[in-house]
Amino acid sequence: MNAQTGFRVERWTAASRAALAAVAAVSLALVFAPYVLGPGALDRLTILFVYVILAAMWNALAGYGGLVSVGQQVFLGLGAYATVKLADLGMNPFLAMVAAGLIVGLLALPLSFPMLRLKGGEFAIGMWVVSELAHLLVNLDPLVRGETGTSLISLNAFDAPLRRAAIYWLALAAMLALLGGLFALLRSRVGAAVQAIRDNEEAAASVGVRVLATKRLIFVFAAAGAAIAGALWLATALTFQPRAYFSVNWTAYMIFMVLVGGIGTFEGAIVGAVLFFAVETWFGAAGVWYLVGLGAVALAFALLLPRGIWGALETRFGLRLLPVGYRLDLSALLRAETKP
Amino acid sequence: MINTIIQGILLGGYYALIASGLTFMFSVMRIINLAHGSLAVLAAYALLVLAQSWHINPFLGLLIVLPAMAVLGFLLERLVLERSLRAGQLVPILATFGLAIVIDNLLFEGFGANTRSLGNFIGSLSYDSIELPGGIFVGVLAVGTFAAAVLVLVGLQLFLSFTPFGRAIRATSEDPDTAGLIGIDARLVNGVAAAIALVTVGIAGAALGMRGTFDAYTGGAQLLFAFEAAVIGGVGSVWGTLLGGIVLAVAQSIGAAISPLAFLIAGHGTFLVVLFARLWLAGGIGNLLARRA
Repeated sequence: MNAQTGFRVERWTAASRAALAAVAAVSLALVFAPYVLGPGALDRLTILFVYVILAAMWNALAGYGGLVSVGQQVFLGLGAYATVKLADLGMNPFLAMVAAGLIVGLLALPLSFPMLRLKGGEFAIGMWVVSELAHLLVNLDPLVRGETGTSLISLNAFDAPLRRAAIYWLALAAMLALLGGLFALLRSRVGAAVQAIRDNEEAAASVGVRVLATKRLIFVFAAAGAAIAGALWLATALTFQPRAYFSVNWTAYMIFMVLVGGIGTFEGAIVGAVLFFAVETWFGAAGVWYLVGLGAVALAFALLLPRGIWGALETRFGLRLLPVGYRLDLSALLRAETKP
Repeated sequence: MINTIIQGILLGGYYALIASGLTFMFSVMRIINLAHGSLAVLAAYALLVLAQSWHINPFLGLLIVLPAMAVLGFLLERLVLERSLRAGQLVPILATFGLAIVIDNLLFEGFGANTRSLGNFIGSLSYDSIELPGGIFVGVLAVGTFAAAVLVLVGLQLFLSFTPFGRAIRATSEDPDTAGLIGIDARLVNGVAAAIALVTVGIAGAALGMRGTFDAYTGGAQLLFAFEAAVIGGVGSVWGTLLGGIVLAVAQSIGAAISPLAFLIAGHGTFLVVLFARLWLAGGIGNLLARRA
């Protein structure tokens, strides 16, 4: 509380403190899931975690960094590829999954130099070209043998229940670490810079925000996150067929999750991932019509509710459960002014 | 080798043709339409249906499909682009991507996974060829596509430069508010510009279908080719786009001559090399597709 001026800047609210406690409690409960849930439910939860990671990473890039990419599947594919490659070279598969995230993050750094010079739709399609090229080059690897693909056979060395639980825990840990990292990043100086750039790049630069360096940090972070998601997907699917990993459908999923949940809101991406997971569970079997539906819903949200479900709730109710920004509380000031 | 390059140049005509609508729309509305390739494939399917069900020659079919594409373009602008642009610069990318997903999968639902071609409906034209000196054969259709590309590109340029409506389009793209002050209806201008862009997409779709095969998911690749040709060619001028298409196609053809797998790799690789080189030389420019006066 600033006694002189009567206003204060809020970073936490009572609701958000409660939400954070709830998140901590749910996370703790999820740690014990392998002792309670059956194998099917455990696998589904792992997939949900992968979706949450993908949504959060795409949201970080598009919603906060203002960089819409339709080629993020490149990092997903490269993450899975790096995992099979490292495992093939004899590395422990679980270690390989983590290493793959780091390697792809390192690869994204030099890539960011040309790509971040592109703006808007040019960046979007440019990333798609990069993804197509990476797909074609991965196909040339004798280990992958074109579209035939390969599998993460070294995972078979672990017996099924242990393997399943280990993948689940790794996915949970990766999700919590990436979400936590993103939350901390967005609440730091970098987060303020990122949002300033998204809202107006020239204005941000004029007040001393290092635009490119900040975008680069987000780009690399989102790439590493998507790579870990790819590695986890590989661990649940076991087979690596390049076509399935470098598919532009992944971008459709990411756009659906983030647009429906609420682009540029931290909670929105998570809400969107959970909704997508539910939609996939119920309608995924519908195949092509399911994809038509996803595209149509994404289009409808872009046209009618571009801030998504969470964005709409946030505006209407001032709801902030996991606040990454600042909020000005003027109530004390207003009270002081009404006094005689 | 000379044969490879000549065939590449002619293929470049097709890329320039499909790129023309993309750059036209971008130069007028600053929007990259991610459904561009899917709409070209949609036009190809429309011609296929006309040819199969009503025995309408694809060339005559264009008389039906091109006006339909124009209407579609006008509706696209009114219902999707204009509305999504109001929500922010990035939203049209998301909206048109969603639209592309819808179109691709509806086409797949309607026509299945088989690859199709319009080649069967245009008589001997699909394999007629002309002999050039030196024993090189070029397809009549390939030459025709190239000519169509030049006609479309020159036509668009002349239209923008010398007609009142072309001037209105240029004024609107420079500054819609000021254009409004002198009585230009920016909404109408953008709608007509989108209609024109989709007419070129329809022509490109016809060329795609006649020259080779397509399936429901061919659209994405066509978008990438169009985008690559536009960016390689640069400044958004007629000859830039044509040159961009030719560079892309010649690179692909040379790649394919080395190994069939290298067709796409060489194309994408050349695009990225040109992109990096241009960024390097320009020391950081924003819009590569932007028209620079």
